[in-house]
Amino acid sequence: MDFINSIVLLCNFLIIPALTYGSQLALGAIGVTLIYGVLRFANFAYGDLMAFATMSVILVTWYLQSIGVNLGVLPTALIALPFGIIATIAISLFFDKTVFKYYREKKSDPVILIVVSLGVMFILNALVRIIIGPGDVVFMDGARFIIKAREFKDLTGFDEGLALKSTQLITFLTTIATASLLFYFLNKTKTGKSMRAYSDNEDLALLSGIDPNKIITLTWVLVSILATVAGTLYGLDKSFKPLAYWNNLLPIFAATIVGGIGNPLGAFYGGFVIAFTEIALTYAYKKFFVYILPEHLEPNSLVQYISTDYKFAISFAILVIVLIYRPNGIFKGKVI
Amino acid sequence: MYFSAKNLTGGYGGVNIIEDCSFEVDQGEIVSILGPNGAGKSTAMKAILGILNNSSGEVSLNGQDITKLKTQDRIKSGISFVPQTNNIFTELTVQENLEMGAFLFDGDINKRINEMYTLFPIIKEKKDQSAGELSGGQRQQVALARALMTNPKVLMLDEPTAGVSPIVMDEIFQHILNIKKQNIAVLMVEQNARQALEISDRGYILVTGKNAYEGNGDYLLNDSEIRKSFLGG
Amino acid sequence: MRNNLDIKIAFSIMALLLIMVGFLQSWGVALSIINLCLISAVMTMGVNMQWGYSGLINFGVMGFLAIGGAATIIVSVPPVPEAWDAGGNGIILSGILLAILIYSIFFIHKKTKFKFKNYIIFFLVISIIPIMKIIAGPSIEAIESINSATTGFLGGFNLPIIFSWFVGAIFAGMIAFVIGKVCLGLRSDYLAIATLLISGIVISVVKHEEWLTRGVKNVIGLKRPVPYEVNLQNSEWFIKLIEYLHSSKLSSIEIIEERSAMLSDLVISSSGVFVKLSFSLIFSIVLITLLIFSERALKSPWGRMMRAIRDNEDAAKAMGKNVVKRHLHIFIIGSAIIGFSGAMLVTYDGLFTPASYQPLRYTFIIWVMVLLGGTGNNYGAILGAFVVWFIWIESAPFALFIINIVLSHVDSGNEFKIHLIESIPYFRYLMMGLGLLVVMRYRPKGLLPEKIIKN
Repeated sequence: MDFINSIVLLCNFLIIPALTYGSQLALGAIGVTLIYGVLRFANFAYGDLMAFATMSVILVTWYLQSIGVNLGVLPTALIALPFGIIATIAISLFFDKTVFKYYREKKSDPVILIVVSLGVMFILNALVRIIIGPGDVVFMDGARFIIKAREFKDLTGFDEGLALKSTQLITFLTTIATASLLFYFLNKTKTGKSMRAYSDNEDLALLSGIDPNKIITLTWVLVSILATVAGTLYGLDKSFKPLAYWNNLLPIFAATIVGGIGNPLGAFYGGFVIAFTEIALTYAYKKFFVYILPEHLEPNSLVQYISTDYKFAISFAILVIVLIYRPNGIFKGKVI
Repeated sequence: MYFSAKNLTGGYGGVNIIEDCSFEVDQGEIVSILGPNGAGKSTAMKAILGILNNSSGEVSLNGQDITKLKTQDRIKSGISFVPQTNNIFTELTVQENLEMGAFLFDGDINKRINEMYTLFPIIKEKKDQSAGELSGGQRQQVALARALMTNPKVLMLDEPTAGVSPIVMDEIFQHILNIKKQNIAVLMVEQNARQALEISDRGYILVTGKNAYEGNGDYLLNDSEIRKSFLGG
Repeated sequence: MRNNLDIKIAFSIMALLLIMVGFLQSWGVALSIINLCLISAVMTMGVNMQWGYSGLINFGVMGFLAIGGAATIIVSVPPVPEAWDAGGNGIILSGILLAILIYSIFFIHKKTKFKFKNYIIFFLVISIIPIMKIIAGPSIEAIESINSATTGFLGGFNLPIIFSWFVGAIFAGMIAFVIGKVCLGLRSDYLAIATLLISGIVISVVKHEEWLTRGVKNVIGLKRPVPYEVNLQNSEWFIKLIEYLHSSKLSSIEIIEERSAMLSDLVISSSGVFVKLSFSLIFSIVLITLLIFSERALKSPWGRMMRAIRDNEDAAKAMGKNVVKRHLHIFIIGSAIIGFSGAMLVTYDGLFTPASYQPLRYTFIIWVMVLLGGTGNNYGAILGAFVVWFIWIESAPFALFIINIVLSHVDSGNEFKIHLIESIPYFRYLMMGLGLLVVMRYRPKGLLPEKIIKN
């Protein structure tokens, strides 16, 4: 019984949150890695692109709510998603045409593109805060919980409760669906394969008749879809706060590098690696040990490796270890 | 002649590397461009493909002038090119490499891929492996097969045997002879001049960016002066 | 020649703008802009050394600034004896232990060779945190529990705060050494990401290690290297000075009470200006000294070598230059300068607020300054600091002015207008982004490009 309780405890505080957080990071990391693979630079504006995308979704959600449209138990934001995607594609292509294209055609050093992406980051950041304000926005509606801790206890008779928020399930399922669709596209369709080919060997792709402009436009479209989905899921789960997306960019970068920069499948796994390590190392296992250990062995400290204040340090440590020992990422696989 | 490039002049940054070079290839013919290092052989290839930005001269295919066309459109018109290095998609499988080769091909891709597998049986066994994992000779075959996927009329090869062992070299030359049988015009740049001339119908020898000698394979192989200067005695 | 002219014109325009602020707003505002420009200029010189001289991307500026800021506390705040009694020994012990651990990790990494070396190193690195927790934990708890509303930390050494600038530089240099050892030699984009993450960690440390910095509880009322306004107002020489400066104005007033009232007003307002002016003087001395040194360095064989490495790393390597070592040197020096300026900034503010460190403001704005001013040119970096800081401060009143003109017919209760006015602080981010993009596109070397030094 104690054993089952300890498992439920871990599910509630470690596994479910890590799966949710991992999903959010995974989608973000795939986006960063796609940009890196095809356009060949680390895009520091990506966090703010997610913020912009989420803001667009929120604005449409508010409009839909004002005219009384909703999805019942599901959040209204899901209907608003396609509109947010369109807005994000538009702004991505706008910045590509006005900013990034020039440096791409000049074949500038990737470092210059990083610096330029800072400019885009500032602009997006300002736009979001000017349009929607700097504060917290909660735009989640519909059913909050699939199962509440108390209901679970009553249902099963365990001492430990298990709560599952609907956003957590939506996040996980949407991530799996989005990622599967993307991997199907990249590995099975002619256009997807040509995108990988372009990323692998640009010159040979040109010699094979692949049109680089189409590939680049397509990349921004995919990246915008991913940014909108990832940003919205994060906003639904936590709340929307412009600067939070910027802070998420760091673990996303870490996930991207862990998975091997330019490798979408690696980025997907990398997101979960970062999330699980972060949550597993900052979780206080005291109660868990109280369940499984005999009474005289019970710990009196929190049994927590490092406090949550230092979660950046975990991303960083993983990053450094990977960069030193496996600079191409820990997952072998196709690099886009 | 089926495919000809006339009076090519061009180079990088205002310095002409090739001057007034001309080459011709007919269908079902193998023509080699030979010459010492730095003679401008690869530059000539780039000029023919239209990759070289500032070059002049005329390129025509089957009587049509294609000088004005961009690289991508020249490829569409039936020219295929195998670069010397980075000539495969290393992260893609062998089969995907072939599919990418056929990006502009309208016909039945699977049929074409099977034709390639009959032409290069060894790569069929490896079709689901990443091309980057193959050996040098196998990679070269994938590169050839990729270039042939569009069913080109002209195949241009930039040093197809660079950096491979003598056995593999013979194997690759054998494949090139097989390609010739399909009535394709083959134009190749080669470092291994003697071996290349043995399978070539004709050859050009470039010296400091200019046509120095030309003629059929036997003539170039047997001319004592050429032997001494370019074929190592 | 042409370049010199540009420099003069650019700085004259800047001076003119600042004087205009003095007349239009107030001299106090103008001086505080100048002071922050001067501090920012020191920061940009540090970043410029790393990026401009040798092409290293350091996105950890914020972290080094915070290290410098923390140094002011350790150096200048009076010690808290109770806290030292409670946990001082424990902290010193753990400090020594930490140093030994880090040293032995480097030692094992460098000097030894055996089969499971990497695993041992990994294990040691992992074990640092639990060991520190066990050794230092009780002391930390004891320190933080002492008078937590007012102290709750160890305090410092009660030394003059100017020392802390140098100590901040040394601290920053030491951290830069460790970071450089681990991260230099990575690809440039990885270095950018790694340094950004590290600065996040540094901020976590100063925010949460309350025994050291009081963390988010902040430290206020730091010492100053210049007099306090209140002391000035009561000192005779200052009142006499003001009386002398305004003698004609004062003598025109007949009534004695009115005259002394006016004098005391003048003394009060001038004392603020005087304090700021003193700061300006000190900051200018720092900046000019730094400028002289780095211009000399840039023209020396060492500077030539750094530029050679930046422009062609492979060639420099082939010539037998140890590129990674040179990069480490410049990374340490640049970071030390940033740390120095971080301490200057906290000294000027008179308080240390760890929660206020945001990467946009403390890393990327500094980067905008360098890129806008002129990569590889010290005068450019300084100009960038002045221009960007000026825009940063003055864009808010300017935006308000524009909004009021454009929407003058709209009534002030209009929601859109209110929203716009509330958003004014964010318009400056927009300006920064646009400015950066325009400069990168049309003057990619910055307003004052690097001079090609002919030897």
